[in-house]
Amino acid sequence: MVQGEYGYLPEEAVCEVSEILGMSSADALAAASFYTMYSTAPQGKYVLDVCVTLSCSLMGGEHLLGYLSNKLGIGVGETTPDGLFTLRAVQCLGSCGKAPVMMVGGRYYDELTPEKIDALLEELRKNR
Amino acid sequence: MRVLFEHIDIPDIDRLEVYRRGGGYKALEKAVREMTPEQVTEAVTASGLRGRGGAGFPTGRKWSFIPKDLSLRRYLCCNADESEPGTFKDRELMLRNPHQLLEGIAIACYAIGAERAFIYIRGEYAEPADKLKTALDEAVECGILGGRIFGSDFGVEISIVRGAGAYICGEETALLNSIEGLRGEPRLRPPFPAVKGLYESPTVINNVETLSNVPHIIANGAEWFASIGTAKSTGTKIFSVSGCVNKPGNYELPMGVSARELIFEHAGGIKGGGHVKAFIPGGSSTPMLTSKHLDVALDFESVAEAGSMLGSAGFIVLSEEVCIVRAVLNMARFYAHESCGKCTPCREGTGWMVNMLESIEAGSGRSDHIARLVDIANNINGRSFCALGDASAQPVLSSIKHFREEYEEHISQRRCPYPSWSFS
Repeated sequence: MVQGEYGYLPEEAVCEVSEILGMSSADALAAASFYTMYSTAPQGKYVLDVCVTLSCSLMGGEHLLGYLSNKLGIGVGETTPDGLFTLRAVQCLGSCGKAPVMMVGGRYYDELTPEKIDALLEELRKNR
Repeated sequence: MRVLFEHIDIPDIDRLEVYRRGGGYKALEKAVREMTPEQVTEAVTASGLRGRGGAGFPTGRKWSFIPKDLSLRRYLCCNADESEPGTFKDRELMLRNPHQLLEGIAIACYAIGAERAFIYIRGEYAEPADKLKTALDEAVECGILGGRIFGSDFGVEISIVRGAGAYICGEETALLNSIEGLRGEPRLRPPFPAVKGLYESPTVINNVETLSNVPHIIANGAEWFASIGTAKSTGTKIFSVSGCVNKPGNYELPMGVSARELIFEHAGGIKGGGHVKAFIPGGSSTPMLTSKHLDVALDFESVAEAGSMLGSAGFIVLSEEVCIVRAVLNMARFYAHESCGKCTPCREGTGWMVNMLESIEAGSGRSDHIARLVDIANNINGRSFCALGDASAQPVLSSIKHFREEYEEHISQRRCPYPSWSFS
């Protein structure tokens, strides 16, 4: 809920949640930092999670990551200066039959090609 | 032979009305009206159903471990954390037939006397989670799931809990910690979850595919189920086929189908018409097999005999053009990333294996690296806190066993002899 509101988990917010839940702030911060879908730092409006695990890798997952990195002018783990996109390499998304796969905002985009990526980025830019 | 996927092509099967028209929730009605909980457990035991999450433990026996003392609160957890590389069957089961799973959960709850069930679904599966939520709400609204099911004294409340991105949470005790809001680290066993699980109460944890089979067993009988597949691995199995094949996807087939049939008759053969170099039968945690093993029957016993595991049946095919070292490095990175950090062999060992594999793949490997990789893997395998550590050792050990010469080639040529890959 906090991440939905702020786009990441600010430490103060996590501590506040821990008070509401009656757990120690150390336990809450430990949980917040444990999971890859929680971010303890601000990220772009759209987080592009590109799968690079074996089945996606075989179908060119890393090439797509490189393509996105070039196109957006950012490295993996970085956010575009306009705050729109964060690019991440992630582990298996569980859609290996439709590799290569990327997740954006909880939606899966599969059997990706550079053309499909171009169209998607354009669409996301329009919705900004 | 389709059981779990029999109805997935029916339009709107995710809607309660359509699901019921095809006989849906009849098994639940039969269970709560005509059978005792013990009879339900006995039927599942007699069917021979074994866990589809990877371990293959007999489901009826797992249920029977729950203490009979009904004054104790007990829980059912459905493991929908599907994160094993190469596995994508539960996603399709939930997306395409959510009521089948919900019905299975309700029947399992009846059998073990649980009034609360949790579906722990990986955070990335927002779409399947939404599907389940809609189906659940509809079933509750129509009075199918909730209190006094089909006029009986039995009621169940099902909650959907979303994970947040951690492979380890598919490990059943880590899953329990995650539901409780903690870091998803595994717990020491004993006590086993059947004795002390979620919130210190007796708990059964079953995989999505396992539970989805339950309505069919109750509806059609244990004997019918046991007649499918092999004597010890009964029923069908959903094989998630990915990698270098023409038609990747989920294929539901009777247990015991050969790897050859799966690859060439169902998954359309090898991309570009080449040959199989290796295949990983049950998700990346299971030892890879080679083209010599294509006639191995894909059931729990036969795959074990061949030196691997059926696991989750996440079946990854590697063609002869695939560099084995690079494939193993990819899997090693996965385990290093997903290691929860609780125990030393796994936390440190997975990182060491990555470093060494990176050196070999980059052409700076030394001749003693192979022996050291084996040594590290053997020191993780069986010495880590949970099965993740053991799993991380399998790609390394099996690849060196079957493809040692490829490692040696990388080291002697001081480079990777294979081009960059993209088989799409």
